Amino acid sequence: MKKISWIQPLLIISILLLVCAPAFSGSLDPFQGEKGVLKISGGTAHIPVMKDAAKKIMVMNPEIQISIAGGGSGVGIKQVGEGLVAIGNSGRKPTDEEISRYKLVLHKWAIDGVGPVVNPKNPVKALSKSQMKDIFAGKIENWKMLGGEDRKINIYTRDEASGTREVFWKKGLDKGEIIPGAHVVVSNGAMKSAIAQDPYGIGYVSVGHIDATVAPVALDGVVPTIETVQEGTYTIARGLYSNTRGEPSGLTKKFLDFLFTPEGKKIIEEKGFIPVR
Amino acid sequence: MKKIGERVAERAFFLSALASSLITVAILVFMVFMGLPLMREGGFYQLLVKPWAPYQGAFGIYPMIVGTACISLLGLAVAFPLSLGCSFLITTIAPKPVSRVFRRLIELMTGIPTVIYGFVGIFLLVPFVRELFQDGSGMCVLTAALVLGIMITPTMTLFFCDSFARIPRSYLDAADALGASPVQKLLYVILPSARKGLLNGVILALGRAVGDTLVALMLAGNSVRVPESVLEPARTLTAHIALVIAADYESPEFRSIFSCGVVLYLFTLVVTFLARYLSFAENKKA
Repeated sequence: MKKISWIQPLLIISILLLVCAPAFSGSLDPFQGEKGVLKISGGTAHIPVMKDAAKKIMVMNPEIQISIAGGGSGVGIKQVGEGLVAIGNSGRKPTDEEISRYKLVLHKWAIDGVGPVVNPKNPVKALSKSQMKDIFAGKIENWKMLGGEDRKINIYTRDEASGTREVFWKKGLDKGEIIPGAHVVVSNGAMKSAIAQDPYGIGYVSVGHIDATVAPVALDGVVPTIETVQEGTYTIARGLYSNTRGEPSGLTKKFLDFLFTPEGKKIIEEKGFIPVR
Repeated sequence: MKKIGERVAERAFFLSALASSLITVAILVFMVFMGLPLMREGGFYQLLVKPWAPYQGAFGIYPMIVGTACISLLGLAVAFPLSLGCSFLITTIAPKPVSRVFRRLIELMTGIPTVIYGFVGIFLLVPFVRELFQDGSGMCVLTAALVLGIMITPTMTLFFCDSFARIPRSYLDAADALGASPVQKLLYVILPSARKGLLNGVILALGRAVGDTLVALMLAGNSVRVPESVLEPARTLTAHIALVIAADYESPEFRSIFSCGVVLYLFTLVVTFLARYLSFAENKKA
């Protein structure tokens, strides 16, 4: 019994500390005294950032309810246009037709680059775009044809729902073929560990995921890094958009503004994207 | 005169039994209903034989059916001799303390989550297979089947052990009295009289192999082409469902995974009924 007597107050204090801690940070101040429900849907690439931001806001102010659903870019644009959600996310810029029909206001808060990667042991660290297209289409089958070892090229791609795959396929491969014999992995993390394990593999990951375990491949002389994406010299990139119908107000505006605060940008960077200045 | 408590309990048990069997049926109805638009378009049969090429509008699951069959049957081929050896060791050959330790160890193995097997497979077996055959990435049918085989071995072994233990003591004594060697005892006494148990073990392990998702998802490479050799990557039905489930709800890709579900469901159903029928036929004969 004696033990519990001091554990209990300690527990209460630590819980209180956990609950109160976020209240000290300045970026979240606008949410004080706010209450209501905010519905978000659309692009799946946005979800990690949205979730983290929502969690921070909801912990600080339990009166606010933020719900986040996926569905894909098309769904996000459609739902926000029809007024079903307050924010519709898209991993592509909505078309002019969509913007005028739904009177959308776009909020681009991050840039996401997608770069080809190989194992660090692989001597082939630069490709032309047409060589890369040939690799993914199965026309170049051996690393020897590119100055590497005499081994078959193992191609890794992502699953159907992947936004990363969508961008890479559109801008990297110009909607060219990816052979059905390619290995399929389920996430940027899984792609990275697969390439880190396979000295004869080639795949692609979100630029934020590139670290020492994999080597980026320079495409037409440009190495995919956060800097080259930022400068615009590396072109396989896209904006991450949050769209609203008309100018946002109230909680919706505060949520979007939060993404541009230092703390919001920190979350965006942590999730491997480049925050928009 | 039944007591009121007894009647309440009876009713409660009946209701829970009814609920669980209704849920089983409801799942099938749900999957068929959700998959109906796509099945109606080209016919269920078309889905079973066509390749998977979403950009060309083909949502066939034939490569996945082949992948599932290859990986689980090969896994079974790995697991069967292993399990047979293990169970024979535990029940017959090894001295009591050793066999007890072995049995505990195998019971422990049944509880290891499949993701651990997959994880170990990625870091140990995948590079090994890649370098051994100097071909492909190491993520292939063979690797997945080996790990799957090791994964289902404990379940199978325990089933075999139990069926060996059910053999009447007098049979074994008779064999001993005739001067049979351990091998002769295994071949002529134990295996024939434990046939039913062996079959049940194999069928249940096959069910587990077909139903397992993570091992294949992590180790088989998940490519959508029909594998031409055991060193090529392949995708199983379960891995396919896991990969496509995040797609847009309205898309035909998403619809098509319900046909995968139906195929898996029907397969399990067939296997279960086969096991029931075989043991029924065996009982009748005896």
